[in-house]
Amino acid sequence: MSTGFRATKTGVAIKLDEAEASVLRSLVGLVLGLVEPGTTGDDPLERALGIGVATPPVPADPVLARLFPSAYEDDKDAGEFRRYTEASLRDGKRADAVTLLDTATGGRVDLTPEQAQAWLRALNDVRLMLGVRLEVTEEVHEEIAAMSEEDPRYPAFVTYDWLTYLQDTLVRALW
Amino acid sequence: MGSTAPMEVERPAIDVRPDLPWLTIVWNDPVNLMSYVTYVFQSVFGFPREKAEKLMLDVHYKGKAVVSSGTREEMERDVQILHSYGLWATVQRDS
Repeated sequence: MSTGFRATKTGVAIKLDEAEASVLRSLVGLVLGLVEPGTTGDDPLERALGIGVATPPVPADPVLARLFPSAYEDDKDAGEFRRYTEASLRDGKRADAVTLLDTATGGRVDLTPEQAQAWLRALNDVRLMLGVRLEVTEEVHEEIAAMSEEDPRYPAFVTYDWLTYLQDTLVRALW
Repeated sequence: MGSTAPMEVERPAIDVRPDLPWLTIVWNDPVNLMSYVTYVFQSVFGFPREKAEKLMLDVHYKGKAVVSSGTREEMERDVQILHSYGLWATVQRDS
């Protein structure tokens, strides 16, 4: 298994084997499939500002609801906030995912500081997606340690744990 | 370049200004890592590590923490940036 990220003179680096890079790309591909591009009005100013033509509803999919949480308790305020921010947030998450897809290859991966920031957010989005689907709790690490390898959830939980490790080493390499 | 980078905001070192009645709250969740949340507070708000860690621990143990206060527009900008990092953040009026 990979030894995680480390700091370099120009950013950060990690060694991934082909299987690891492929798992990363397929998971990030799932996020990209879930997060559709933001839709804005035809007005050039609205488009430039990422303002939606209509108020997007709270997403029905719990993963999307977690990726795009309501900013206000009040539904009307929350809807207005979505209208002004969700399209840009969607585009930002998609751009982060694309950066990871473009750079995650087997072998040594060198990232610039900007690419590293994109990876940081993209890894977090993948962890949020898996975390919501697997209904993880704060005791997930202990739960995995106690889980039988025969448990059908085991591979997904181990993958989640690996992503946690990757993200934690990335934060520490950037500090 | 920079299209996905967070908007860096310059602001005074004092983050809680009692005359400005809107707050940004970050809520605890089981996925976001303690190291990551600390790092995000440092890079989004420019907090020193010690302060970022204290806020992260408040989120973790108390369930939430006020991370900034100011005008409503400022808080919405902060929340949008925090959402781009996947943190669960909300805006509310100080009560």
